[in-house]
Amino acid sequence: NETTMWFRKLCHRNQTLVLEWLVETSHPTFFLSAWIINQSEAPPEPRPAPIGTHAEKANLPVFTMDYPRIQIPFEVTLWVLLASFAKIGFHVYHKITVWVPESCLLISIGLIVGAIMHSVNEEPPAVLTSNVFFLYMLPPIVLDSGYFMPTRPFFENIGTVLWFAVVGTLWNSIGIGMSLFAICQIEAFGVQDINLQENLLFASIISAVDPVAVLNVFEDVSVNEQLYIVVFGECLFNDAVTVVLYNMFNFVAEMPVVEPVDVFLGVARFFVVGLGGMGFGILFGFVAAFTTRFTSKVREIEPLFIFMYSYLAYLVAELFAISSIMAIVTCALTMKYYVEENVSQRSCTTIRHVVKMLGSISETLIFFFLGVVTITTEHEWNWGYILFTLLFAFVWRGLGVLVLTQIINPFRTIPFNLKDQFGLAYGGLRGAISFALAFTLPDNIGRRQLFITATIAIILFTVFLQGISIRPLIELINVRRTNRNLDTINAEIHCRLMEHTIAGIEDLCGQWSHFYWKDKFMKFNNRILRRILIRDSRAESSIVALYKKLELQNAMEILDTVSGDISAAPSIVSLYEEKKNAGKPKKMFLAADLRNMHDILSKNMYKIRQRVRSGIIWIIFLALLLFIYMFSLITQSNTVSHFFMHLYFCGLCCKLSGRT
Amino acid sequence: MGSSSSRLDRVPGAKDLMEETGFSETNILCLYDRFEVLDREERGYLRLEDFEAIQQLAVNPIGDRIIGAFVFPGRETLDFPSFVRVLAHFRPTDTTWSRSGSQPEPANSRTRKLRFAFSLYDQDGDGKISRAELTEMLQAMLGMQVTDEQLQSIVGRAIQEADLDRDGAISFDEFKKSVEKVDIDHKMSTRFLR
Repeated sequence: NETTMWFRKLCHRNQTLVLEWLVETSHPTFFLSAWIINQSEAPPEPRPAPIGTHAEKANLPVFTMDYPRIQIPFEVTLWVLLASFAKIGFHVYHKITVWVPESCLLISIGLIVGAIMHSVNEEPPAVLTSNVFFLYMLPPIVLDSGYFMPTRPFFENIGTVLWFAVVGTLWNSIGIGMSLFAICQIEAFGVQDINLQENLLFASIISAVDPVAVLNVFEDVSVNEQLYIVVFGECLFNDAVTVVLYNMFNFVAEMPVVEPVDVFLGVARFFVVGLGGMGFGILFGFVAAFTTRFTSKVREIEPLFIFMYSYLAYLVAELFAISSIMAIVTCALTMKYYVEENVSQRSCTTIRHVVKMLGSISETLIFFFLGVVTITTEHEWNWGYILFTLLFAFVWRGLGVLVLTQIINPFRTIPFNLKDQFGLAYGGLRGAISFALAFTLPDNIGRRQLFITATIAIILFTVFLQGISIRPLIELINVRRTNRNLDTINAEIHCRLMEHTIAGIEDLCGQWSHFYWKDKFMKFNNRILRRILIRDSRAESSIVALYKKLELQNAMEILDTVSGDISAAPSIVSLYEEKKNAGKPKKMFLAADLRNMHDILSKNMYKIRQRVRSGIIWIIFLALLLFIYMFSLITQSNTVSHFFMHLYFCGLCCKLSGRT
Repeated sequence: MGSSSSRLDRVPGAKDLMEETGFSETNILCLYDRFEVLDREERGYLRLEDFEAIQQLAVNPIGDRIIGAFVFPGRETLDFPSFVRVLAHFRPTDTTWSRSGSQPEPANSRTRKLRFAFSLYDQDGDGKISRAELTEMLQAMLGMQVTDEQLQSIVGRAIQEADLDRDGAISFDEFKKSVEKVDIDHKMSTRFLR
């Protein structure tokens, strides 16, 4: 069309005119383009005046640039944006995310970017220091998990969760460590210099499971609640155990001899770490709940308290070297219940959204960097060690799940059957925590590179292979499903009735189980805690809460279906009556109409999607180029920067002229 | 096994009960011990007062209805076999049990459990949960948390959701349908009776 013809002519002329055109059409990449253009034509710096001669008059610089000042925030922002673009890109083509978990895709993109960076000899940003990961990238993810954990099933299964998290991780670490030590003795692999402590240290790193990908699959397939919550809970709580073990073995690895006293101290330390973490979490949770009681006049900063208090819990736990993950998870669990009753509806929505957003960003970045770092670090590969690591990780997890479920099944109301056990064992992927811990290995360990390589290998293997194959396998073996669509008043009422019944029957039988403790806690809660922590402390049953929620939904639906003037809409009550009496004829009319509309829309939507898809691909491509251009600028390699700048412009031109 | 078999002899009709309800020996013995504890005057049967003496049951919102499932006008005394038969409803479902035509449905099947729950609502035994019965039940469960108008709206909504044949009351089939997605086995079982 006209604009593009005109633009093509312009491209053959001076570059500053392109700038003008961009200004006129307010192209979104205007600012970046302006910056690029001016960068390549930066005025030469005025020469410093030689001493003793008459100083030359320097002109007032119209446009200066000071990159080092903004370097760090700028780079951080660009990396986050790139990772997020990648995430947008996946969801455009919906089918991919069904079969390939997002973490795989992110790692792949990371690998590609890493390859590009490697080929231009760039260093990856130095973000994978221990501090940055553990202080900035991990807390949002854990907060996200903790905040959205379904509390009722969690507390019903807390015994099983803790059992698998603690004993399971111990079993895995010690088992893998010992087996690897045995393998090390074989001369053929050439790893005899790794002693037992180092093997145990490595084993503790790779026994931390991180089933992010698996949880998404479980949710999509709606596996039974018990399995879901055990996998979820195990992932959260075994981080605590892993970190304790890691620190312990780290400490021990530097000691020449291990005495029984040290083992005993290790166990004591574990209890201090675990219970201390929980204690701090609960403390901060209550303080946060108490604070929100008084924030009715300052609604805008209400969400802040949630984040500050949970982060504070995390940092204080880090201060005392106790389990910060457990602290932040218990803080979130405790806070959520009371805070959501105190804060306004908007604050509640804000909190949920921001928690999810931060968690999502962190997770994306971590997997992305995993891909980048895989290419750019120096690897030390050892076939025997790494293959046996993979084998043992698999074998020990399977064995562990089998043995542990045998022991804990008699204590469960609904025992785990073999299919559940398979899901549990196969869902043990490794991820972010292992990755971070591997990088923070101290330098005095001889085979540090080998350990890092092995960790990355096992993460990639489990995420790609198990992550992709778990979905078809779960569907094939037909794990017990659960129907989670319980949003009717009837279901809620009857469920509560049944709970009361079971509590009564158990009292009758003189037995106590979790219903008893739950009852006791609810009484304590209603009588004492709610009075202190909630501003308006009328106890609200879940039935009433659900009723209110459903009524609200209904009201919004009714308003939506009223086309035209809302002010002329009749009141909700009368509409309700009308809806009840309307019955069938109206429905049929709407259905035919809807079908027509559907046909029309679907034809048009197909085109739209195509355009959007190519657009997204372009944005990603151009963003990538921009990236590399930035980095080449930093290294002051002019040829590369010019090359990429021209490439960028050609890309812009092609896009604008409508060619793909 | 000598001692346990002699202990089992204390319990009248133990073997038949075990077959009928599927309880194990340990369970029967536990339940018998509990029966004896409740039966303080050692009459060999339980009455209403014995049930009412259980403190925790008194504070349960539906405690009186649960007791009503055991002792009611028409059965004022409860002997041990009847006690066990009622409790058999709360065993977790056997995964190995397969339905054969001649056998009566075991007490802990899904339908029987639902019947039990239904009977807690349906106090007058007409086979339907009327509006008044549902209101009474909700009143007991919600206590002072709701006003009367809110209670009426909740009841109205519940009946509207479940009542498919529009007779203003919930029959057993409608009740079954409204909880078809709930895992009854999990919610209406206690592991101590496995």
